[in-house]
Amino acid sequence: MIEYLTTDRHALYVVAAYGATAAILGWLVWTTLAANARARREMQDAEQRRKR
Amino acid sequence: MVRSPFAALVRRDTRLALRLGGGGAVGIAFFVLAVVLIPLGVGRETATLARIAGGVLWVAALLAALLSLDRLFQADYEDGSLDQLMLAPMPLEQVVLAKTIAHWLTTGLPMTLIAPVLGAMLQLPDTALPALVLAMAAGTPALSFIGAIGAAITVGVRRGGLLLSILVLPLYIPTLVFGARVVEHALLGLSTAGVMGLLGGLTLFAAALSPFASALALRINAR
Amino acid sequence: MSIWRYANPAEFMRITDPLVAPLWGAAAVLLAVGLWWSVALTPDDYQQGSTVKILFIHVPAAMLAINTYAVMAVASGVGLIRRHHVSFLVAKAAAPVGAAFTAIALITGAVWGQPMWGTWWVWDARLTAVLIMFFFYLGYMALWAAVEEPEKAADLSAVLCLVGVVFAFLSRYAVNFWATLHQGASLSVAEGQRVDDAFRTPLYLMIVAFYLFFVAILLVRARTEIRARRARSLRLQEARA
Repeated sequence: MIEYLTTDRHALYVVAAYGATAAILGWLVWTTLAANARARREMQDAEQRRKR
Repeated sequence: MVRSPFAALVRRDTRLALRLGGGGAVGIAFFVLAVVLIPLGVGRETATLARIAGGVLWVAALLAALLSLDRLFQADYEDGSLDQLMLAPMPLEQVVLAKTIAHWLTTGLPMTLIAPVLGAMLQLPDTALPALVLAMAAGTPALSFIGAIGAAITVGVRRGGLLLSILVLPLYIPTLVFGARVVEHALLGLSTAGVMGLLGGLTLFAAALSPFASALALRINAR
Repeated sequence: MSIWRYANPAEFMRITDPLVAPLWGAAAVLLAVGLWWSVALTPDDYQQGSTVKILFIHVPAAMLAINTYAVMAVASGVGLIRRHHVSFLVAKAAAPVGAAFTAIALITGAVWGQPMWGTWWVWDARLTAVLIMFFFYLGYMALWAAVEEPEKAADLSAVLCLVGVVFAFLSRYAVNFWATLHQGASLSVAEGQRVDDAFRTPLYLMIVAFYLFFVAILLVRARTEIRARRARSLRLQEARA
């Protein structure tokens, strides 16, 4: 791995491509899960208030 | 003289646009000004200008048509005339068609008429000018028809101008490609008939699709 | 019993609930295996060197960039015809995912193009069409965000999506046509042209992994939209009472 990163002349490009993909997908998953948790909370709050 | 409601609506919208402050003349002024800016930006070299003239004229026409789209339904939506038109016995699809034709008469048609002058100023050889006029005549109606769909979708959005442009500009890409290519073919001395056919076909397709899609969007907005 | 039963939001939530975790798990496992295989176990291409590794994410991302829009178009059409909220919400949930995959396809393509073609960007028909696709996604999301009433936003963006799919095809054709004259010798190395056996299995693995990931995240996003909609209607009922 380290040998690849230091000797391959295209290593930077490959790392950049994988890094950018990880960043975008990570951001997508993060915002999706956060929005899901928020929606779940809001729905439960609303349903509880209705029961009372 | 019996005047059909359809013709009456076309006349009404045309007159409203041509009235001082109606925006028709301003749209054309924008078209001319946008073209005039190009040599100031890229330089006055004859060969360069002639090479890019077709593309420049079409991009300017796209933007001018886009900027005038808000007057297609917006004012009528805001003052309630659109609701009246929807209650009228004329089908909404026909209303949309009439208003779109009026839009073309006050944007696409004058741009077509002034295009050869601007083309000559951009150093297009005289032999390419007829093709330019024909292409504008065949292609600019598509700008009005496609734009009407976007205008109908965004009619209820406050300050929807930017939204309208991001929705409509991608839809204008085929018109731009074929329109500019006709001029390029004429410049290179190639036959323009094939591309012209594609451009005209695109316009006919847009004309067939637009009244139904726009009327559907207007009905959704009026709910 | 018909498949329209799943269009009931409550039924949709009940049926998809046990699917979410296994889908995430399967996507994660396949992604891990696919990544390991494609990064560590494949040889370098004799022409492309190690940049061939970029294609293992570029190809699946580009496939999803196009296919997500197809999912949105089908969902929008079904929503408009059958008046199902779940369909509209699936289309809404898919758009940011499609935009993300389009961005990934564009970025990885540029990073691959620089060492291979000597330039970040060429006005190749395929590249340009994907770039245009990105703006279709942006416009669709902007419309959802701009219309305040959710019911109107759903119908209007469905109309936009269906008009957009027609024009996406027209644009693709126009762009192909446009690229033929401007670019004499195409630089484009067609991905499907010749895939060596050593690269084929990990590539297929990555494609399946990306699709599983897409389904998993789409389900979660759609469930989020359904919950948000339910919460909103409960709040409105409360305000009225």
